[in-house]
Amino acid sequence: MGVVAVITAAGLGLAACGQSSGGGGGGGGDAIELTITQNAIAGGKNAAGANFIANWVIPKFEAAQKAKGKNVKVKFVPSGVDDEQYKTKLSLDLKSGKGADVIDIDGIWAGEFAEAGYLKPLADLVGTDADGWDGWSQIPEAVQGLATFNGKKYALPVGTDGRVLYFNKTLFQKAGLPADWQPKSWQEILDAGTKLKSSGVPVPIQINAGTAMGEATSMQGVLPLLAGAGGEVQKDGKWAGATQPLKDALGLYQKIYGGGLGDPKLQQEAKGRDKSFQQFAAGKIGILMEGDYFWRGVVNPATGVAKMADRDQVVGYAMIPAMEPGKGIRGQDFVSMSGGALRTVNPNSKHPKEAFELATFTLSPEGLKEETKDGNVRITPRTDVNKEILAGEPLLTYISEKVLPLTAYRPPVAVYPQVSVALQEATAAVVGGTAPDQAAADYQKKLEGIVGGPGNIAS
Amino acid sequence: MALATSPPEAGEAGAPGRYSSDAAGLGRLRAGVFVAPALLLIAAFLVFPALWVLYLALTNYRLTGAAAAEPQFVGLANLLDAAANPEFWSSTWLTVEFVLGSAVIGQVGLGFTIAWLLRDRRGPLKRLVEGLVILAWILPGAIVSFLWVALLDRDGGTLNALLGIQGFAWLLDHPMLSIIVFNIWRGTAFSMMLYGAALGNVPPSHLESARLAGASGWQQLRDVVFPHIRGHVLTNLLLISLWTFNDFTPFLLTAGGPDGRSEVLAVHVYKVALQSGELGYGAAVSAIILLINLVVAVFYLRLLRRRK
Repeated sequence: MGVVAVITAAGLGLAACGQSSGGGGGGGGDAIELTITQNAIAGGKNAAGANFIANWVIPKFEAAQKAKGKNVKVKFVPSGVDDEQYKTKLSLDLKSGKGADVIDIDGIWAGEFAEAGYLKPLADLVGTDADGWDGWSQIPEAVQGLATFNGKKYALPVGTDGRVLYFNKTLFQKAGLPADWQPKSWQEILDAGTKLKSSGVPVPIQINAGTAMGEATSMQGVLPLLAGAGGEVQKDGKWAGATQPLKDALGLYQKIYGGGLGDPKLQQEAKGRDKSFQQFAAGKIGILMEGDYFWRGVVNPATGVAKMADRDQVVGYAMIPAMEPGKGIRGQDFVSMSGGALRTVNPNSKHPKEAFELATFTLSPEGLKEETKDGNVRITPRTDVNKEILAGEPLLTYISEKVLPLTAYRPPVAVYPQVSVALQEATAAVVGGTAPDQAAADYQKKLEGIVGGPGNIAS
Repeated sequence: MALATSPPEAGEAGAPGRYSSDAAGLGRLRAGVFVAPALLLIAAFLVFPALWVLYLALTNYRLTGAAAAEPQFVGLANLLDAAANPEFWSSTWLTVEFVLGSAVIGQVGLGFTIAWLLRDRRGPLKRLVEGLVILAWILPGAIVSFLWVALLDRDGGTLNALLGIQGFAWLLDHPMLSIIVFNIWRGTAFSMMLYGAALGNVPPSHLESARLAGASGWQQLRDVVFPHIRGHVLTNLLLISLWTFNDFTPFLLTAGGPDGRSEVLAVHVYKVALQSGELGYGAAVSAIILLINLVVAVFYLRLLRRRK
């Protein structure tokens, strides 16, 4: 009856395993207790972020509050699990009226969390402080959009990112390909893959597919390809069904995985993405489509999970081309997708104002500079510090200057995550041998159930 | 057992098997007091959750989104969705395969065979075999699952190394077979111990008589041993079938993949309810599982009663 228990516990809110809201512990006199959580853990996932919170944010924030005459104690609640599991845990925490005071979420969860009542507009929680934060003036409109749902701000953006094609220059050299490779069409990617294969590279091209990869398949796979074929998952309120761009995108998957240029099994394994990271670092993958996280969190020589000591010499990067020049969304030659994390205040917090203060403290110019030092560079939400932080980081400067201007964002609506899963299933089907047209038709059928019937779908 | 309620004759108070109405009432009260805590616990942790699941199954309740805040009553829509969902049916057949392969054939068959072979033995060999088999039983499922993932991994897995082959993806190419073998390995100890105890109760004189009468080994097993242990076999079959039916450890080996090829019902419920957040639909599938378990349990119990 374990299954029954799981469901019931979810319904009853008994399974919530989160921390109690700040200030609920008692025993601290007049101390205000705050908790902050991220999917980050020392020595594991996003270790740099975890260390930043534990070693800089907490002591500095507590000291700053003490200087103001407030006794504030902050506790970090680490986590180091798959994003889907982290989301489930947060949902159960929030559903049962618990959870940390300051919470990091993926930008794309904001809509469904807000609709569920798990998050409240910041203005409702902390009043005028929400709009009065001086950081807003430094955050570009598109990035603010990540934190906005139905016209209201629900969180603070933690940053944004972009997607490129990474390639191994050593393998390219062996295959007779240039070190400054920049494909201008999908065919040029396939051609490079064929040359890599002839030169003995085990996995010439790796583009995420399947459900095991979760949202990574959407962000580093089907959505950039869809954009490259001129399609958008949702446009003018209508969802794209079995459209030609989707068939084209799935057709590229078929050419790669049906044509021996990719490893279908890597897409099916539960830890396939991690394995693809290891294989790229080991020089077994020629071309890999990934976000900037790959550069700074995976093959980072200092803190990566698959460190490449010679990253800067060996790893090349190129913009993702449209199917053919000018065929991408908005008539673009190159495309990308962007996302970003959010930091928000738990509506169940007993000290929302202090929690908001803590969240803004982490995103202060000093905080962001501290977090991104020692090679842990990322594109922050603030333009006033990005230039300084990104200086000396060619890939992130490249993304910031060349990729972000042409990027696209996922629709910030609650139903998107379900649509994303259906897209992942379509790619899984093609990698498993289903014809692209059939997979697209199956996707449309599933989509109708998700978005409320064929009336909401553009074919 | 019916209680006698007629008053006792004078001087007969306390006659065996007869109670005064006062005593009967007191007895019932006392029994009620003793049973109440257990009933309360059963109601709180079994009946209420089960009813709650049935209620959720009739709604579009979700983990996130608008339906998390205000679920709507959708009647039998979730059940109809399940019936029309090929993933549900594929999970059901995979579960049947899992139960038949690992519980009915594997654990019962292998457990009995080991118990039979070890029945009269003493000494280090018996202790070694028992120790090895029980080791699988006492280790937590999560830990042994990770061990098996490492064992069966296609790159650097121990099994491939032992067999001298490279890149054979056991969990990807044969996910159900891998899970069934894992479950047999893990669960056989329970059956073995149960059969070991049951075989100890077979009177040696009966076996001796059968031997003297010229019965073959198979005949002794069929006509002497089995009638003695039939109850144990059926009880064991019921327990491990239900355990296997609800087993979630396959998730730790393959997460239901690749492409749902090892997505047994327990994993299917986890995926739809907690990964996709469709709690109403997940509750509907849970209710179906509950119903199947009840049918299986009733079937086994009737079989057991009839044989008695």
